[in-house]
Amino acid sequence: MRRYTPKDNVQAKAKYTDRFWVAPETKKEPVGEGSFYDKVVKTLQEDGVEVLKSYIELGMLVVEILPEQNVAALKNLKEKSCFKMCTELSAVDYLAQDGEFEIFYLLLNLDEAKRVRVQTRIKENQAIESVEKVFKMANFAEREMYDMFGIYVNNHSNLKRILMPDDWVGHPLRKTYPLHGDEHAQWYEVDKIFGKEYRDIIGPENRDPARIDRYDTKRFARVGHEVPFGADPSLVDSTIRPIEDGYSKTFLTDYTKESKQLENRK
Amino acid sequence: MQQQVNKLRPFFENINFERDDNTMVINFGPQHPSAHGQLRLILELQGEQVVKAYPDIGYLHRGVEKMAENMIYNEFLPTTDRLDYIAATSNNYAFALAVERLLGIEDKVPRRAKVIRMMLLELNRIISHLFFLATHALDVGAMSIFLYAFREREFAMDLMEDYCGARLTHSAVRIGGVPLDLPPGWIENLSNYLNKLPDQIKLYDDLLKENRIWKMRLENVGILPPEMALEWGCTGIMLRGSGIKYDVRKEEPYELYDEVDFDVPVTDRCDSYGRYRLYMEEIYESIKILRQLISMYPKTEPKLMAHAPKYISAPKEEIMTQNYALMQHFVLVTQGMRPPKGTVYVPTESPKGELGFYIKSEGEPYAYRLKVRAPSFFHTGVLQDLLVGTYLADVVTIIGSTNIVFGEVDR
Repeated sequence: MRRYTPKDNVQAKAKYTDRFWVAPETKKEPVGEGSFYDKVVKTLQEDGVEVLKSYIELGMLVVEILPEQNVAALKNLKEKSCFKMCTELSAVDYLAQDGEFEIFYLLLNLDEAKRVRVQTRIKENQAIESVEKVFKMANFAEREMYDMFGIYVNNHSNLKRILMPDDWVGHPLRKTYPLHGDEHAQWYEVDKIFGKEYRDIIGPENRDPARIDRYDTKRFARVGHEVPFGADPSLVDSTIRPIEDGYSKTFLTDYTKESKQLENRK
Repeated sequence: MQQQVNKLRPFFENINFERDDNTMVINFGPQHPSAHGQLRLILELQGEQVVKAYPDIGYLHRGVEKMAENMIYNEFLPTTDRLDYIAATSNNYAFALAVERLLGIEDKVPRRAKVIRMMLLELNRIISHLFFLATHALDVGAMSIFLYAFREREFAMDLMEDYCGARLTHSAVRIGGVPLDLPPGWIENLSNYLNKLPDQIKLYDDLLKENRIWKMRLENVGILPPEMALEWGCTGIMLRGSGIKYDVRKEEPYELYDEVDFDVPVTDRCDSYGRYRLYMEEIYESIKILRQLISMYPKTEPKLMAHAPKYISAPKEEIMTQNYALMQHFVLVTQGMRPPKGTVYVPTESPKGELGFYIKSEGEPYAYRLKVRAPSFFHTGVLQDLLVGTYLADVVTIIGSTNIVFGEVDR
């Protein structure tokens, strides 16, 4: 029987897990009464922000809120609790487990040297409001979030891809996106320069001159200079010869001959 | 096979280079030597003044965060070298510290390892700041500074090489400590270097500090008001250059930074000249820290890795002699450590600014999500506000004074 690999999360998995093993959790302490963090949470609630959960994890306050209230919450934290800087915001993919993304905002209070993490969850096709009006850095950070996860951000001034090319297909940090790239990624240059119809003509082994066949331990650096399997490459003259039959059939197709396959390509 | 020539046209994101009004759109980079790597700027010019700037990044994107999700923690550590490759140890350290805090073994790291790590961190800060000075001066047009600063940087890199064998991609820190003790004679070499360095720095400083051309090119150029710096999440010298005193080493001390005595230079000049001054002052502070560390080193016990058998392999002698240590080691190497379920974000002060690793663990040997909070990413973002209204000739100065490194911006 073929081994089952889940399609909704294609990232590396532990090879061996004890079936009775339960992962320990980090300590989540309650917010101390009357502490600085307590005041922060109270001021949030006074402003009508619904705090679903608040705790201190590894020295940082974590506040869970509703996604609709993200702008209000961040505005409150910035203006009333003096969290003047947003150091980072991004998302975590929980589509496989819950069909949700977790979005986090890391804020910093420079006077008290205190940090808070505001986190919220949205459904897969739900958009989130931009916090660019509150923190300008969201301009870049939300673009990255959109690029990497495909999370739409409403009222963002320039929601375009930032790290990947504009015509890229797919969102690389989703758990469904394989590490070595999907089909679009593999044929990206060919599709762009020659057109999709050239995929068959070029063939997977000539698609990328830098491609290394991980199972070919003998001649991975000698594409175009192939020697018979097992032969010593140094003894064979390295002038460019047509690639031997059996190595790359698509490349060797004789275009003068007529065949059904060729007609399809034309 | 025939190429279709029209399909080879570069992809310009539908920018219209020909305008009806008087503005002109020019493309700067991504192969421009003063663009500090792979920065591409699209500038709209009115005469010589920039009306609109659009930083376009992603030319060095390698998917480091994706790789982190597919590697065990120890496997990922050498990859962090490739973020800010000017000061690789600061990335290694930031990652190691984040994992240590997640594991709860931050206090178990032996004191000697902490001293060595801090030495490497400060040495890397000097390397990075000298590199900044060299390239910044070269961008602005002072060629000789480049050669001088690279000479001093070379000596510092020799020290790094003596310690870990690598000059650029160090991987000199491990999760839970350091792999090696300092080699014999290293401390003497370091203190010799520290004795010579201030004179050399003074030499560059005297060449630049009151230099009329240097001041004309840097003063009142690239003015970053404190509000803008906060809005854009600028950290490190970009923030302190705008008069906001915040250094993670002082405010949220990690390692032994609360035991050493050092100052955090701040200026409210807000311009490139002020930032240049801060870089120079920080080198002096690093020298001060390193001198204190040299005297701290002999008082420490020769222990280098934290004792936490669940997560960290035992020392080599134990692995070779004790069966259980060998078994632990085998499991940790083949399967990887499994940190507890939870989330951690640990900020550190890298030479460029606040470098933090956000790690979300689901109790597996692979991180569920790892986000690198790279300072340069936001320093690139601020360019779109900072460059507006400046002259084209100053664009290069401003890019230089933000000190962005593209390994970190694109990740």
